[in-house]
Amino acid sequence: MKPEEKRALQIKACQIRMGIIEGVHAAKSGHPGGSLSIADVLAYLYFKELNIDPADPHKKNRDLMILSKGHTAPGLYSALANRGYFPVEHLKTLRKLDSDLQGHPDMKHTPGVDMSSGSLGQGISVATGAALSAKIDGDAFRVYAILGDGELEEGQVWEAAMFAGHKQLDTLCAIVDFNNLQIDGCLDEVNSPYPIAEKFKAFRWHVIEVDGHDFDQLDAAFAEARATKGKPTVIVMKTVKGKGVSFMENQVGWHGSAPNDEQYEIAMQELNAALAQLQA
Amino acid sequence: MAEIKKQATREAYGQALAEIGAQYDNLIVLDADLSCATKTGTFKKAYPDRFFNCGIAEQNLIGVATGLTITGKLVFCSSFAMFAAGRAYEQVRNAVGYPHNNVKIAATHAGLSVGEDGATHQCNEDIALMRTIPGMTILCPADGNEAKACVRAAAAYNGPVYLRFGRMAVPMLFDDDYAIEIGKGVPMREGTDVTIIATGIMVGMALEAAESLAAEGVSARVINIHTIKPLDKELVLKAARETGAIVTAEEHSIIGGLGGAVAETVAEGCPVPVLRVGVEDKFGTSAPAAQVLQAYGLTPENIAAKAKAAIALKK
Repeated sequence: MKPEEKRALQIKACQIRMGIIEGVHAAKSGHPGGSLSIADVLAYLYFKELNIDPADPHKKNRDLMILSKGHTAPGLYSALANRGYFPVEHLKTLRKLDSDLQGHPDMKHTPGVDMSSGSLGQGISVATGAALSAKIDGDAFRVYAILGDGELEEGQVWEAAMFAGHKQLDTLCAIVDFNNLQIDGCLDEVNSPYPIAEKFKAFRWHVIEVDGHDFDQLDAAFAEARATKGKPTVIVMKTVKGKGVSFMENQVGWHGSAPNDEQYEIAMQELNAALAQLQA
Repeated sequence: MAEIKKQATREAYGQALAEIGAQYDNLIVLDADLSCATKTGTFKKAYPDRFFNCGIAEQNLIGVATGLTITGKLVFCSSFAMFAAGRAYEQVRNAVGYPHNNVKIAATHAGLSVGEDGATHQCNEDIALMRTIPGMTILCPADGNEAKACVRAAAAYNGPVYLRFGRMAVPMLFDDDYAIEIGKGVPMREGTDVTIIATGIMVGMALEAAESLAAEGVSARVINIHTIKPLDKELVLKAARETGAIVTAEEHSIIGGLGGAVAETVAEGCPVPVLRVGVEDKFGTSAPAAQVLQAYGLTPENIAAKAKAAIALKK
């Protein structure tokens, strides 16, 4: 990846993070930790990978992106706003009465949201159905789904994985946000889904393991996913929950709580400083 | 006496799918390893490229159906009622109901008439579960021809529909060219003393009950409710006003199904006695279907007895 392209994506990721903090702070609730951990992959998807058009959110044969880990809607909304689906200022209406920015994604009301989600395990099933649809008609669109690592404890994930592997749905690309934290603690303290890569391999998926904050690795992984035929691909992406806001990083407590005014100021100062450095 | 033609509504469902296959080239049918029993196999035979088996994984079945619909397909997905409405309830609520996706959930083997398989497979709660989902349409046909009419109506309608079919062959009540309008009840017999409001396989029994009541000098109206949601409230309230007593009959729990829907409507709009024939608050049991129905009071005799009891409660 060219340095200037990488920097442009890093800037977008930083702006997505700022939108996450703005939204969750204004709502006084929401899920910042897992939104921040996927900010980089969201930047990559919405500013490089996806064939989409903000002016025509329902464009036929566009790529689909389903946020299976729907609680990280603040991340998705910020990516969509920064991509031009709606004004960034609108992020401050998150979780407020009459806002289309519901606590979890709502495909009927929010431009750019391809599927309502939030109940874990369901998004990957729906993505599998959409990929099957593409295969039936020979359509060229691709389907992406972002899952949490804790979400892998849901049985429906493996029902979908079995079906997608069996049907060889190679337009399907799942992305696992592997940050090793879920609400009640570390994954293997709660109910280990490990080993993740081996499980997907056993379900006949192509598995790629990357650092989810490294754009060169993401770039190579998505190219490899596109080139993989006869199998769905999963990108198991090692991430840091809360990435980009020092006091939120690797802290399970920031899974589902909002920063107070003081914490908000510190977070925005850090992100502004990071942005200024990237823009220098 | 000429033999009355009988057909299970699931049988008609499979035939109807194959019949509309040519009309809807975007029609996809999914099953969960029960295609021989749900009769989606009939469609599979006619359109093998448009049938997909999801295996024994009903949660994923609903998810895959949803994914197909958000990309423009018309999807009918099938399993037994216990698993389509029961096991996958939350998938139906959140992936289909909440976004109002165009998924048709066609559940077979509903109610006690599953018979020998017993309580684990006799789903008497599906209507109640589906009724609580905002925007869900619920269709429950009375015979094979109404089942086909329901499939055609569901295919033409844009939105989530739950279709309820049975395992047991039941007498034909309607002609081949019969059609339904979603949300419109069907008056089957005029009457002035009491109204029997029935759905599914109980419609035939309701007509039998009305016949025996007539012999005793009781004039019973019979209404067939193929659409449990949205309920034809106008027709129900008209019956309450004009006959002053109502009996409901359904092969479902008396809690939350047709009886519940009618009682709620009548209580709010024109309070008159409403007695419910259905599965009392208990689980089913193993035996041949006819014996189970008899044991649980799903009979013309019980409907007739309840009709007289309802009339006695009139003020």
